[in-house]
Amino acid sequence: MTEATQTPTQATARARAADAAAARLKQRYAQERRFKLYGQAAIVAALTFLVILIGRIGVQGYSTFVDYQIALPVHLDATRIDRSYPQGANYDAMVAEALSAKLGAGPDDRAAVARLLSNDLGFQLLDKVRKDPGLIGRTVTVTGPIGADAGLYYKGEMTRSTPAQLRKLSDQQLAWLDRLKAQGLVRGGFNLAFLTRSDSTSPEQAGVFGAVVGSAMMLLVTALLAVPIGVLAATYLEEFAPKNRWTDFIEVNINNLAAVPSIVYGLLGLAVFINWLAVPRSSALVGGLVLALMALPTVIIATRSALKAVPPSIREAALGVGASRTQTVFHHVLPLAMPGVMTGAILSMAHALGETAPLLMIGMVSFVPGVPTSLTSAATVLPVQVFIWENASERAFHERTAAAILVLLAFMILMNLAAILLRRRFERRW
Amino acid sequence: MLTWVALAALALFSGATFVVARRKAEGLALAGQMHSLPGYHGAYAAIWTGVPSALLLALALLFSGRFEAAVVRADPPAAVKALPAMNQDVFYGDARALARGAPPSEMIYGPELKVALDQTVAKVRGVETRSRVVIFALSAVCAFAGCLLAYRRLSPDFRARNRVEGWVGLLFLACSIVAILTTVGIVASLVLESWRFFQVVPAHEFLLGLRWDPQIAMRADQVGAKGAFGALPLFAGTFLIMLIAMAVAAPVGLFSAIYLSEYASRRSRAIIKPLLEVLAGVPTVVYGFFAALTVGPLFRGFFNAIGAQLVGGPLDGLGQYLSQVQNQMALVAGAVMGIMLIPFVSSLSDDIINAVPQSLRDGSLAMGATKSETVKKVIMPAALPGIAGALLLAVSRAVGETMIVTMAAGLQAKLTANPLDTVTTVTVQIVTLLTGDQEFDSAKTLSAFGLGLTLFVVTLILNIIALRIVQKYREQYD
Repeated sequence: MTEATQTPTQATARARAADAAAARLKQRYAQERRFKLYGQAAIVAALTFLVILIGRIGVQGYSTFVDYQIALPVHLDATRIDRSYPQGANYDAMVAEALSAKLGAGPDDRAAVARLLSNDLGFQLLDKVRKDPGLIGRTVTVTGPIGADAGLYYKGEMTRSTPAQLRKLSDQQLAWLDRLKAQGLVRGGFNLAFLTRSDSTSPEQAGVFGAVVGSAMMLLVTALLAVPIGVLAATYLEEFAPKNRWTDFIEVNINNLAAVPSIVYGLLGLAVFINWLAVPRSSALVGGLVLALMALPTVIIATRSALKAVPPSIREAALGVGASRTQTVFHHVLPLAMPGVMTGAILSMAHALGETAPLLMIGMVSFVPGVPTSLTSAATVLPVQVFIWENASERAFHERTAAAILVLLAFMILMNLAAILLRRRFERRW
Repeated sequence: MLTWVALAALALFSGATFVVARRKAEGLALAGQMHSLPGYHGAYAAIWTGVPSALLLALALLFSGRFEAAVVRADPPAAVKALPAMNQDVFYGDARALARGAPPSEMIYGPELKVALDQTVAKVRGVETRSRVVIFALSAVCAFAGCLLAYRRLSPDFRARNRVEGWVGLLFLACSIVAILTTVGIVASLVLESWRFFQVVPAHEFLLGLRWDPQIAMRADQVGAKGAFGALPLFAGTFLIMLIAMAVAAPVGLFSAIYLSEYASRRSRAIIKPLLEVLAGVPTVVYGFFAALTVGPLFRGFFNAIGAQLVGGPLDGLGQYLSQVQNQMALVAGAVMGIMLIPFVSSLSDDIINAVPQSLRDGSLAMGATKSETVKKVIMPAALPGIAGALLLAVSRAVGETMIVTMAAGLQAKLTANPLDTVTTVTVQIVTLLTGDQEFDSAKTLSAFGLGLTLFVVTLILNIIALRIVQKYREQYD
């Protein structure tokens, strides 16, 4: 008969306790929801940053892949070109005159008309005349990029609504550009030149090809040094080395090297490779050497974990049928660990591809207008090209910078995809 | 070119030795029991043919340049002796370039020097040809001797496999010593160059000085010719940007790690983790570009707009200040660096939280604790030292990060704690000091190595402590 003996005050106390418990529970659940929300907010924030970063660069860069080419018939005036010295003639002036005639602009406006053009057209004319002097006195059609500022106008990055004094082109020049487009002399298309040309002082002629070749050469040096040395060192530490102070020291040392700031490797390269061993400055060779030293610890760490994943039974079986330790490692353990090793190697090469800071120390920031011809000639690489263009003052270089980043990211994504595919295809779980 | 031909010839010769020795060993194997497989005999002969000779070739070519230059420069013509030292260098550089058929510099030579130049070019050609002939002859002799020696040892009892494995062991050791040599190289180059720097600028002045102005006058009598090398403002700037970066990266990274390891379903984990890895794989130069051209103008516009509102009001002074802030404020570089560090903090903390044994979670949940209470009261205390280690590693990354600050932070060395001010960092100064023309005797260039040494020591200490902690607590629960 407990209910009967319960006094009203006890009942209320109990009810109050139950209420308090319910309230506390509610509060705890609210806390729980809040905590989970913080976690979700953090993830959302991180992913938003990623989207903004990539999206913003895509927006800034995609317009580079569209370019406007002008096709202009130019009369090669025989009186102004010396047949024995064709490079002495002023082809830019002839191009400007041809365009002025098309636009009906007077001789006073010739400088303003010339500002719309790229000096690439003049160079093309010179090339043609050199190849075939018979062209002198005739009319030749040249096709080339329009000037950088004119390109910005066609792409909508320079608008009439900006006050004229803040624009690089006047209202008159913009009107000419409109007329050119109406006449069909200017046509937009895919900018292949950006991928096939090298650095230039004029933005409309600058491309990434030289930097891509430089990056490829440098990565080749890095891969040829870092991967074999790293794999052998890791194999030694994992499979052969006795456990003693010396190997402990090597291990601690490698872990620390992996965390040394990359710029310190640049200082090492400057002091040792350039000043002491006299490797040519700003060459792909010295860049590759420095990046190889930088990538080495990562390759070693990746290889060691791949080797650790190979079960000991494989080694015991090989040793049991009479293989030597070297044979065991080279015939059985390493082949089985290879997919993991290659994945790690590709990822560390992708990392090396994006590295910039140490390369600034060894003189790779120089202006290199051509494609590097050998490992020891001056070269530039993609991330450094990004850095150089970012520092350039012309506005038209900014979109090229973003486009160069897109090219760089494309290569990195390719390498990462290769690593992922390799892992998917060959990974074995024991 | 010639060197490559020589190396190719050596490789061919060594390959041929391999084939011949293996064939002979195969013949012997038919006749009776051999200790080693024929391939090992071949490899042994090939190693003795190729390796010593290639080593000789490499070392000789590496150091012959200096020797040749010394021979050429010994006993210079009178006209050259009269030149200043710098022009002498140009003269010999041109002689070397002409001898190799490369374009010379733009220096203009008088008639006497022209004659001397022609003589020197001939001398360079002579010396280089002679030294090449000697080097190639020596390595050829070395290759033949090695080949003969190894080939004569070929017999059924010869333990070729053990010898070859001995060589392989040497190769292994050499490769793992490269890592040690790298450390030695870093320490030696930093310490030696810094030593030279500290002889010009005393260490205490460098570490505690308040003024950083490394410009050195071209003429000795110019005003303010000495330059100032007090690096304290740089350390303060680095510290400020690091603090801002950690203020972004630590909470976001930690909470994403907690969410990923405790709340997220297997499927969302499988999507989110690779995406975060993409963020980690973006090159820092891209972050720098983003900071300089997007975040900088954005923040500046924001603060300028606030400033414009406040001007003329009760907070006029603040308004005036805010409408003047620049793109290169510390906040921009710090915030973007923080974004860069998020995946780093998150993946390290994720590992550490996952290392906390499941039994602790189960115990706490069984007692009726909610998930968040479990995280706060059970998992965090257990994982705390490890997470502290992870954060220290992130600090070390932030201190050593170069590209973001080079592109987005300023160059002005200022001792300030204001995140809206422009500051400069150690890494920015190293880059500015070492890009462009450099002479290796000036304190200006050497100071970069002083900064580099400081940076190396600080990050090394941080790394050692952090790696110790992380490893210790990862193992504790294994």
